[in-house]
Amino acid sequence: MKCQHCEKPATFHITEITGSEEEREVQEVHLCEGCFREYINQPEEPVEPNASLLGALAQQFKIGKTAEKLAKLDAQTCPMCGISFQEFRQIGRLGCPHDYEAFGAELEPLLLNIHGATEHKGKRPKRNASRRQSELLRLRREMQEAIEKEDYERASELRDEIRKIEAET
Amino acid sequence: MGATVKFDDLTERCGEWLRGSGPEADIVMSSRIRLARNLADFPFIRRCTLADRQAIVKNFQQRIFKDGGLQQAGIDKYLVIDVDKLERVDRQFLVERQLISRELAESEGATCVALNETETFSVMVNEEDHLRLQVMHSGLDLHNAWERINRIDDFLESRLSYAFDDRLGYLTACPTNVGTGMRVSVMLHLPALVLTKQLEKVFRALQKISLAVRGLYGEGSQASGHFYQISNQITLGRSEEELIDQVAEVVPMLIEYERKARQFLVKESQKDLHDRVSRAYALLCGAQTISSEETMDLLSSVRMGINLGLIHDLEIPVVNKLFIHTQPAHLQKIRGAALDRADRNIERAVYLRQHLRQDGEGNKN
Repeated sequence: MKCQHCEKPATFHITEITGSEEEREVQEVHLCEGCFREYINQPEEPVEPNASLLGALAQQFKIGKTAEKLAKLDAQTCPMCGISFQEFRQIGRLGCPHDYEAFGAELEPLLLNIHGATEHKGKRPKRNASRRQSELLRLRREMQEAIEKEDYERASELRDEIRKIEAET
Repeated sequence: MGATVKFDDLTERCGEWLRGSGPEADIVMSSRIRLARNLADFPFIRRCTLADRQAIVKNFQQRIFKDGGLQQAGIDKYLVIDVDKLERVDRQFLVERQLISRELAESEGATCVALNETETFSVMVNEEDHLRLQVMHSGLDLHNAWERINRIDDFLESRLSYAFDDRLGYLTACPTNVGTGMRVSVMLHLPALVLTKQLEKVFRALQKISLAVRGLYGEGSQASGHFYQISNQITLGRSEEELIDQVAEVVPMLIEYERKARQFLVKESQKDLHDRVSRAYALLCGAQTISSEETMDLLSSVRMGINLGLIHDLEIPVVNKLFIHTQPAHLQKIRGAALDRADRNIERAVYLRQHLRQDGEGNKN
């Protein structure tokens, strides 16, 4: 067997156990002597803001989650823009402002990991956008879907509703 | 439109941020602040249909750009360019001038940029976020840059509804930008730290305090010409002033390290250093064909040589300009023709000879 980090033969076989009490994750690690020395001399990772988003995402969702739980998480979608959590996890970009609320529980630890904080400190706009504006997002998407299904009656209802909100804001 | 500037006028000119003035300009090339902002009533870009993207551009055209609208934010003369309608070389030209990102240059369908006459301000529409504002000043000038971009942001906010959350701040497509949406970067010229092989040590220390180091052209780019951009990683949980201060506090230390490394080189290997600088200058003045990488490398030595008083007949703004104007798209725009790599290398040598000899003979224009 070859070392996982280089091409030399692996002489050290380690069983790594991570995760919480209830959900143990067991991983086999095979290393050569040189890489093993490096491995055991690694200091415990300090909790530092993580620069790489995808790295942080992978780290957060790999640890302490069963496949079943992960699949359930991935299937969640945002009611406004329709993006699934899985899509976000894969591309690292959110679908709309409302995702921060829709995926709030999952994003919170991620933000803590990246920024070391979860609350904004700094500039605020003098006026806030009304909540109805994120409704616009959903309505436009539904209108698009209605057009694709050739349900023009529904599409025109939605268009009227969109115009009404646009006029208000 | 408040546009009295024409796209083709840009070719011969250079951005004010290259003028080599401002505090610490021998080492600090430029200070830049960018803000990421999104509209509340549209999906983030990745989730936008083409119709959405067109509606967003139209939105900005009508509410902000038309009839000299940006003048109310203190931007007197500006130009609005539909980036998606530009030829590839023109897009690349804007990237080389640091007015748009590579990401914007590579995306298709309803993208635009507005930039001012002196190229110290630009705003990209439909990049990773709906809006990316940027202010870039020469030298170490973060506080003025912030004052200026803040004012522009206030103006935009008075006419648009930003996606903002009371707890999380400005909402962005990528969670790494949420909160202030602000990236503060300072571009430093650090040839002596490279030569004395101390750079890695310095950068490791910076990463520990969550500052990022990038090359001349941002994310994923190589540090050509020994230019390095230092910027904040964190955007949430600290105020804009705190983020600026964090970068502003570390830069003087880097400047001091670089100055010390230069002094060390002067003291310990004066002859080698002088030789390196003189050879670099001579090569740039005499080459018949030269690559972009070699040019950047040699210009870096020349730039340091001027700052150390080893070259007397050349000025920093000339060299700063050459770093940008010898890039591939610039050469093609200046020449007015598409050039392959080999032809570009010849054209680059011609351009360098012309400009260095001209300026070398007593700085006549």
